[in-house]
Amino acid sequence: MYDAGRYDVIVIGAGHAGVEAGLAAAKRGAKTLMLTLNLDLIAFMPCNPSVGGPAKGVVVREVDALGGQMGKTIDQTHIQMRLLNTSKGPAVRALRAQADKVLYQQEMKRVIEKQENLTLRQGMVEELLVEDGEVKGVKTETRACYYADQVIITTGTFMRGKVLIGDIEYESGPNNQRPTITLSEQLDELGFDLVRFKTGTPMRVNSHTIDYSKTEEQPGDEVPRAFSYETTEYITDQIPCWLTYTGEVTHQIIDDNLSKSAMYSGADRGTGPRYCPSIEDKIVRFNDKPRHQVFLEPEGRNTDEIYVQGLSTSLPEYVQKQMLETVPGLEKAEIMRAGYAIEYDAVVPTQLWPTLETKQIQGLYTAGQINGTSGYEEAAGQGLMAGINAAAQALNKEPLILDRSQAYIGVMIDDLVTKGTNEPYRLLTSRAEYRLLLRHDNADLRLTDIGYEMELIPEERYARFNRKKELIQQEVDRLTGYRIKPSEEVQQIIEEIGGSKLKDGILAIDLLRRPEVKYETIKRITPPEEKLPNDVEEQVEIQVKYEGYIKKSNQQVDKMRKMENKKIPDHIDYDDISGLATEAKDRLKKVRPLSVGQASRISGVNPADVSILLVYLEQSYKTKSAANE
Amino acid sequence: MEQDTIAAISTPVGEGAIAIVRLTGDEAISITNQILPTKDLQQVDSHTIHYGKIVDPKTEDQLEEVMVSVLKAPKTFTREDTIEINCHGGMVSVNRVLQLVLRHGARLAEPGEFTKRAFLNGRIDLSQAEAVMDLIRSKTDRAMSVALKQMDGRLSNLIRDLRQQLIETVAHVEVNIDYPEYDDVEEMTHELLRERAQYVKGEIQSLLRTAKQGKILREGIATAIIGKPNVGKSSLMNVLAHENKAIVTDVPGTTRDVIEEYVNVRGVPLRLIDTAGIRETEDIVEKIGVERSRQALQDADLILLVLNGNEPFSKEDQALFEAARDLDVIAIVNKTDLNQEIDMNEVTKAANGAPIITTSLVEEQGIDELEQAIADTFFDGELDQGDLTYVSNVRHIQLLEQSEDALNDALNSLEMGMPLDLIQIDITRTWELLGEIIGEDVHESLIDQLFSQFCLGK
Repeated sequence: MYDAGRYDVIVIGAGHAGVEAGLAAAKRGAKTLMLTLNLDLIAFMPCNPSVGGPAKGVVVREVDALGGQMGKTIDQTHIQMRLLNTSKGPAVRALRAQADKVLYQQEMKRVIEKQENLTLRQGMVEELLVEDGEVKGVKTETRACYYADQVIITTGTFMRGKVLIGDIEYESGPNNQRPTITLSEQLDELGFDLVRFKTGTPMRVNSHTIDYSKTEEQPGDEVPRAFSYETTEYITDQIPCWLTYTGEVTHQIIDDNLSKSAMYSGADRGTGPRYCPSIEDKIVRFNDKPRHQVFLEPEGRNTDEIYVQGLSTSLPEYVQKQMLETVPGLEKAEIMRAGYAIEYDAVVPTQLWPTLETKQIQGLYTAGQINGTSGYEEAAGQGLMAGINAAAQALNKEPLILDRSQAYIGVMIDDLVTKGTNEPYRLLTSRAEYRLLLRHDNADLRLTDIGYEMELIPEERYARFNRKKELIQQEVDRLTGYRIKPSEEVQQIIEEIGGSKLKDGILAIDLLRRPEVKYETIKRITPPEEKLPNDVEEQVEIQVKYEGYIKKSNQQVDKMRKMENKKIPDHIDYDDISGLATEAKDRLKKVRPLSVGQASRISGVNPADVSILLVYLEQSYKTKSAANE
Repeated sequence: MEQDTIAAISTPVGEGAIAIVRLTGDEAISITNQILPTKDLQQVDSHTIHYGKIVDPKTEDQLEEVMVSVLKAPKTFTREDTIEINCHGGMVSVNRVLQLVLRHGARLAEPGEFTKRAFLNGRIDLSQAEAVMDLIRSKTDRAMSVALKQMDGRLSNLIRDLRQQLIETVAHVEVNIDYPEYDDVEEMTHELLRERAQYVKGEIQSLLRTAKQGKILREGIATAIIGKPNVGKSSLMNVLAHENKAIVTDVPGTTRDVIEEYVNVRGVPLRLIDTAGIRETEDIVEKIGVERSRQALQDADLILLVLNGNEPFSKEDQALFEAARDLDVIAIVNKTDLNQEIDMNEVTKAANGAPIITTSLVEEQGIDELEQAIADTFFDGELDQGDLTYVSNVRHIQLLEQSEDALNDALNSLEMGMPLDLIQIDITRTWELLGEIIGEDVHESLIDQLFSQFCLGK
């Protein structure tokens, strides 16, 4: 055992949560150590080679607006970028990139190595150093003791990880990396509730063995786009994905071999996610469907490995092979890596404060898949928040908690710490009650000020951001004050876009509110003095067109905030509150909500309990102020 | 503090000389002003009482004559602006007024909420906090058991069914959003969404219509006795009242002398309308018999149309039948103890299928048959308690009305061609409101629905 040094913050793991945690803590000025099992697998993507998508893509933008890294790196390393849901409303549009996995890792490693205050080291953490309910550091298997009062665990699916393929099983992290056994045992001993979850991944096949002529091409968008508000250079050389389908024969093979699937063998297994079912799940639960989609996604520019999206499975390798033989284009496909399921321990997330610090051990944080979530983006969002808050604690600054109206990240963390989850948690747009406010286009407007306050946004970028805000306001003001006269030219433009002619003069802003009118039309009728950047034009259009809905949402937010602002002191004794229902008491004692608002979202706490809690809080407040007089 | 305005009936349920609707909150006065056009309560002094007429701004129907107490903050029980609307006794008028204020921006108070506000605003002594908490608990428990009792099994099934349809629709929209490449789901279109929203709206509207019938059973069937002078209306009433121990509700001191008598005929609660009118006019020579009867018809659910068997069927009799068309009518041919001059064929023709009972009220003949006919009308016909789903609880009615509003918002946005994911906000809101009626937890169910309805990957 040797003293390997003292840090402000130690991050265990360098996956998508770990890298954001480490970078954020270091940028805030905390002396940070990042420990990982394998320096060659930083920010590794063990499952699908893509970043973003509905809700998730918004999270990537939020991470970026708060000064995180994910968006910048994927912007530089993707092979394809698409904007999804373009035919729908602005609230649900989202970017998705296909990643070059290897480039992504390399780029992440480069950024981390360059970061001031951040030390990167290979090592397996065997034990947390804990004294009197406070974390003091970590010990590695090579007997190095690193000391810090803040430790963030971001070990993903590594805790007591077990890979399952047919009847074969072995202890392992994803992609045959070593699992973490002792850490899980120690958390158990420290009194943490752990839960067993499961996820899976499909096989990768060799691109040369695919007959692409039998599949449909899925190209990227022609319009260049980026996740990060800092990105100025775009990748134009994109690589397509391909689409094919399973068929009745495929399903027959799966059905015949179902008992050989690790997840269907009857053994007691962890809970898998419903939103990312294995092909076995799909066949069993939806046996009336004649076919399922299979997307073929390249894993990078310099590899022949193709990810077979849609065929996630824990069937034996030879059945996987048989299955592929029935899928058009994949008849001769050679498996390079077999699909597998992986079981792992996760921390029941209601044991966390909304800062992601554990309630049991002061200074100990957990972030990412260890908290029962799944997905790179969900991990990155939590990692960033844990990093921000661990650094804040180390440096004696205020913690940062985002609420449900500020960010998907806020929705996710609130869901996790308030309600917990009984399956791997994925963000969906439907989890956000203020989805219209949490758009992909306004992530910067929502969060850049906060990122700047956290010292994660450089001055230059902040100035640019403020300029953008100004331009939006100026243009909205201009349109509010400008009356369009029904001249012949104007009428013609309106007719061209299929609108009904003006009867009278109309304010430009009111014309923009008409469903058929775009900002483009307004610009033709009354162009601003200087051409505005595209993102400013887009913002003006969205803010004006959906003003009614946005207002409605904002009113709901105001209501929610009132309850959020009623804080519950940590020392509250729920047993002392007469009238609370027993179930409510139990749940409140467990979750220990920070505000009445959070309390009201706990299942089992009903409105009468909330009323009683309010009265009780008022009473204690008054008693206290009476005593002070 | 919580500033939304709450309202409730503050007098005990049941019959009293007056009943009070109380509002408290920032908008208590402005809400009342909207339904009391005769006076601007913003302008009056605090702690004063005012006479006025409650008018439904939508229909411009005049509902009630009331006395309104205006109590401005801070010297009130809750330390907020408070309005007390004194209505005529009986649940009918006070419920109408309550529903009207709820429709104009007030929220139905939770159990114990007035007291809770009084406490939170510092009006009630600190030592009573415990009592306040106990009150909330006990009132909530009681309200819940009452609500459960009022909740017809059929109603909750129907609401559950509507919610299921809504959530399937919402899940459909959601799956298009969260899994844009998922090919198997039919893309939810504006047409499809409009169709579903229209359907649910129709169901909600018909529920709101039956709300009226539910009220009938709770508050008594408004029964009008009509007929020409001297056919025996008064005797009929006395017989019904005597046989069935009428409860007479008298509302003195107001400008309108309303007398309603409650009788229970074989389990059917009858509320006899304008009995005072009948008594008065039978004493003097009635000039306005038919006119007066028409008036009574307006409010009635059941018509007892009395004919004199001792006289030929007249034009006035015919006019009364016509006035009562479309209502539940029982024709009573009275005075069988005298010579029968009436042509029963004419009566049968005019009655057009309505039951005809012959009586001699002075000799108390035919009363049994009459009572049986009344009972049959309400347990056999369309007012059959067994077949209809009734919404009776004011809270349920309010939630249904809000659901209808939310669906209207959704339909308007559809009309304007808004994106589905925005329209869906109002559909989801409807689903939540309906959920509140049956007390179902809203969380997670949508996501459960999503994954059970669709096979999702990516």
